[in-house]
Amino acid sequence: MSELDLNKKTSEMLANSKANVKNSKKDFTRPEDELREVVAPDGSIIKINPLYDYFSDEKPKEELPRGGVVEKFLNWARAESIWVLGFGTGCGSIEIPPLVTPRFDMFRYGVQMRPTPRQSNAFIISGYLSVKTLKRVIRTYEQMPSPKYILALGSCTINGGMYYDSYSTINRLDKYIPVDVYIAGCMPRPEALLHGFVKLKELIKAGKAEKANEYARNFDEYKANQKKIIKDWNMPDYNW
Amino acid sequence: MNIYVKLAYTLLGLLIVINWGMLMGATMRKIGARMAGRHGIPFHQPWINLLKNFSTRTTITHGIMYYLGPVFRLSGGVGLFLFMPMVFTGAVDGPWTNFSFEGDLVLILYFQVFGMLGMALGAGEGGHPYSAMGIARGLAQHAAVELPLTLAIVSIAIQYDTLSIYKIVEAQQGSILNWVLFTNPFAAAAIILAMLGALGHSPFNLVKAPNEILIGPATEYEGTYLGFMMTAGAVIHVMEAVLFMNLVFGGANSWLELIVKSFLIYFWSVFVGMVFPRFKIEQSITWFFKVPFVLGVLAILMYSF
Repeated sequence: MSELDLNKKTSEMLANSKANVKNSKKDFTRPEDELREVVAPDGSIIKINPLYDYFSDEKPKEELPRGGVVEKFLNWARAESIWVLGFGTGCGSIEIPPLVTPRFDMFRYGVQMRPTPRQSNAFIISGYLSVKTLKRVIRTYEQMPSPKYILALGSCTINGGMYYDSYSTINRLDKYIPVDVYIAGCMPRPEALLHGFVKLKELIKAGKAEKANEYARNFDEYKANQKKIIKDWNMPDYNW
Repeated sequence: MNIYVKLAYTLLGLLIVINWGMLMGATMRKIGARMAGRHGIPFHQPWINLLKNFSTRTTITHGIMYYLGPVFRLSGGVGLFLFMPMVFTGAVDGPWTNFSFEGDLVLILYFQVFGMLGMALGAGEGGHPYSAMGIARGLAQHAAVELPLTLAIVSIAIQYDTLSIYKIVEAQQGSILNWVLFTNPFAAAAIILAMLGALGHSPFNLVKAPNEILIGPATEYEGTYLGFMMTAGAVIHVMEAVLFMNLVFGGANSWLELIVKSFLIYFWSVFVGMVFPRFKIEQSITWFFKVPFVLGVLAILMYSF
């Protein structure tokens, strides 16, 4: 397909999406994400659906702990090696950098920062969460390998805090993703965050930090809640 | 020596090397932390991390090559180990010389690149753009490291007229002045400088540093795959140090000597890393061509005429 044809096709798609807007149901799919046909180098025609070719639309499954001594031992390892995703969502993320400095030093508790969701198993939602960020948080959370844990930092994650009547932030975090540990305060000090980690460790060691399974069990409910607040939903329902 | 006894010794050696690699890694992170005024991780943290990575419940694969990437990397590390004489005991057939043979130097040079290429193919299949960028940077830097390293190694091979690591170690026995460090100073200097790149610490760690383009080739890897890569990393770090110990610093006569020497060699790269900030990829390549490469050429010229 020549470049000219491609341009023509794209403008057609744009016109289509505008037509969709006129219809009663709004469609937020971007032109490059729409279903299309591509001619391969050997002349065959391939159908491409970017949203479902690049991502998985399989629902998460519950992966129950096996129990017994082995699970206890593994839980101990999981508790002693918490890898936190480096994704600051709100003003609370200013409390995270001090944790890697000499004064608070989280490394001695086995807590480290990781740059990619694939390698981390803890997620700090630091403070208020705007609807735009919530979309990214959901995508990131679903890419993390199970078992995964969420620490909610600050009052904003509990009831909205000082942003309780804001048009752009959510009030209750655990309606959208399951939370393991809440750290109250505005802002909580780094010590409080460290205490949160210690609390999370206790939960993991006791085998009570199974919120990833809870998310899988109540997946439809969580998705319905998420879609209620994210109006421009243009991603697959489950995207790891 | 009976082949089964030899195999048992080799497996035991591999176990020692893996654990020593992890302990060495933890020690260096501890040293780094103390430099910054922190407590740092506990000494047993790498083992816990490994255990945790092997116990994740979900793993996502992107295809066969993605799965084989870490396997290739680990087999590259184990390959380095299998053909490397670890402890010099006076006999080629000794217990800790593994499967070293005439010409193992060439094979070792190949195994150094093997894991890297495997990772390139594997991470490429992951499809993440950051992986591809990490690989491009990694391979570019690795080529710049391999060139002076190979020149220096060829110079040593010409010097002793052998391609066997064991014979190179044998020729350095007797006195500290018999070490390549003193008998072939240009090759030694080229190796000591190129080693910084091979061990991959700061200032040459842009490829895999967590805060540069995420984490380089390993962006998509998780759980068991990452566990494999961590094991491979531990083996490769020790084996690189042992290779340079055998080539330049007279080999080791006992495991204790091996541990002390490999620690000091590894510490050299960590020491440099503590002092110098990270290089950009074009800076590091330029540096490798400016300094170690020229030294390598000098070392070759010295023994060619």
